[in-house]
Amino acid sequence: MDNPFQKQLGWKQKKESIYLWVFRLCTYTIIAAALFIFSDIFIKGVPTFFKSEAPYVNTEFFTESPQILSVWHDQNGQEYSMSQKNYEQWVVAHPEKEIVDLHNLTASGGGILGPLVGTALLVFICMVIALFIGVSAAIYLSEYCGKGKLMSTIRLSILNLAGVPSIVFALFGLGVFCWLAPVITDVPKDSAAFFCRWFWTNSYLSFQGWGTSLLAGSCTLAIMVLPVIITACEESLRAVPKGFREASFALGATQWQTIRKSVLPFAVPGILTASVLGITRVAGETAPIMLTATMTEKSNLPWEQVEGPWSFLTQSVQALPFHIYTLAKFPESEHVKPMQYGSIAAFLILVMSFALLSVILRNRLRNKLKW
Amino acid sequence: MNSQLIQLNDLGFSYDQGKTETIKGVSLDIPEKQVTAFIGPSGCGKSTLLRCLNRMNDLIDTAKITRGSIKILGQDIHASDVDAIELRKHVGMVFQKYNPFPKSIYENVAYGLRIQGIKNKDVLDEAVERSLKGSALWDEVKDRLKTSALGLSGGQQQRLCIARTIAVQPKVILMDEPCSALDPIATAKVEELITELREQYTIVIVTHSMQQASRVSDRTAFFYLGELIEYDKTNTIFQNPSQKHTEDYISGRFG
Repeated sequence: MDNPFQKQLGWKQKKESIYLWVFRLCTYTIIAAALFIFSDIFIKGVPTFFKSEAPYVNTEFFTESPQILSVWHDQNGQEYSMSQKNYEQWVVAHPEKEIVDLHNLTASGGGILGPLVGTALLVFICMVIALFIGVSAAIYLSEYCGKGKLMSTIRLSILNLAGVPSIVFALFGLGVFCWLAPVITDVPKDSAAFFCRWFWTNSYLSFQGWGTSLLAGSCTLAIMVLPVIITACEESLRAVPKGFREASFALGATQWQTIRKSVLPFAVPGILTASVLGITRVAGETAPIMLTATMTEKSNLPWEQVEGPWSFLTQSVQALPFHIYTLAKFPESEHVKPMQYGSIAAFLILVMSFALLSVILRNRLRNKLKW
Repeated sequence: MNSQLIQLNDLGFSYDQGKTETIKGVSLDIPEKQVTAFIGPSGCGKSTLLRCLNRMNDLIDTAKITRGSIKILGQDIHASDVDAIELRKHVGMVFQKYNPFPKSIYENVAYGLRIQGIKNKDVLDEAVERSLKGSALWDEVKDRLKTSALGLSGGQQQRLCIARTIAVQPKVILMDEPCSALDPIATAKVEELITELREQYTIVIVTHSMQQASRVSDRTAFFYLGELIEYDKTNTIFQNPSQKHTEDYISGRFG
């Protein structure tokens, strides 16, 4: 008997499987790229975190800031590589050795404590500023303002801002925060755009900028990430069911009471998702901090050489992306390689742990606030 | 006419700045401590009219009262010195889709009092108990007041929404198809509750179910295309309507 449901093997079936394979290969391409990046970095980078003798963890890598790496040979052809500080001690301790062929490599010795702390601070302060402004703006856009032409233009501009290259934000930050932002100081700089007496005190309000500083860098990053945060927060506020707002209004709540008690709490998981997006974008940016927050010769940590509790804000910082950028300019060599890959691996782990923290927080809240 | 709590006089309402009227000159008086039902086919403006009564339509930018007035307790609710927030404390609302907050049962009922700034725990406890008893829910939930309101069944959630509304002790309760998302048993319980509540509150209910209107209401208004066709005692409307249109609708010949 003939099978009425006989499998057909025509052009239609072939086309079906061609489409399937095109889609499948496209997906595999991106997975392959990601796998390559991660495995390459971790395989070459993670060994830097450890060493062969006790305590097995490379403490120097995590507790020292980048230093000049000195590489030299002694008269017997034995090769040495140490950070410059250790090199000087070594010279004193081994007066009998002759030093041949000495090289100094910038930022390739020591560790990454400074950049690590700098990036963590930059990201943290940036997110505090960006979330405050971003959530407020999103509340205004989603709850208070109407739907007129003006508002849709504003929304469109915010969306467009998200596509502006980061170097443009960097220049904006350099001009506004580093050179123009107001400070209160006893001695205004000549370069200040404008200054006047600060009320009745002996100080001046001077528009001279914050210089290359942690604060200027954080603000620049915050401005850069705001469009992403505002858009994502607005989406999550809009996703809160209309019924919650109506019920709250119907009970005689004011607009702010309604937002505070019946909208915001339920939008927090979405806001945290937005901040994950923000953190991963901010942490990786190099151009804005290069212009506004970091200096190559910076060597002290934020809590060293402080003049007051807040002075770390007005100092320049080291930052991981910039550190990596400095290292990347060297030709690959066995002396620089551990530092290069180690820094990148540590950077990835830092960003991933920031993101992971937000994801965990969000999932916890989601479970608590289901509707 | 001394016990007319709500007085509508030639009310016109538009969702689009007055270009088209959704409600076209409705005049009716709603008496105190009775149940008044609004019936009519979908899109006839009955829900819109209901939402005019506590100014919920203020939340829509382009919505506008085009003519006429609404007086509640003799006060024009659109007068410039009327605060919609104060009005809504006196005119509560229960929605079509039960919408308790994803909080505990207790917090749901206490919500309206908390936003009025009442923090005293004894006052809140007492109000929560009174409201839950008032909505015939107390016996079912008294042992789990601190658990999430979303763990309740649909009918219980709707009665919780009613409890939440009566917690602020309004004069009027507006109900926008309160049973349309409920099964027949839950519906029966809510209807029973409505019958009890009319001792204390003035209730205006929008419903698609003719049987429900005839069971729970004292007076019924029939709307069609934004106009009030007929408004009378429920018995009269259902047994001896004066308009042909009303008769066709309630007998199911159109709608």
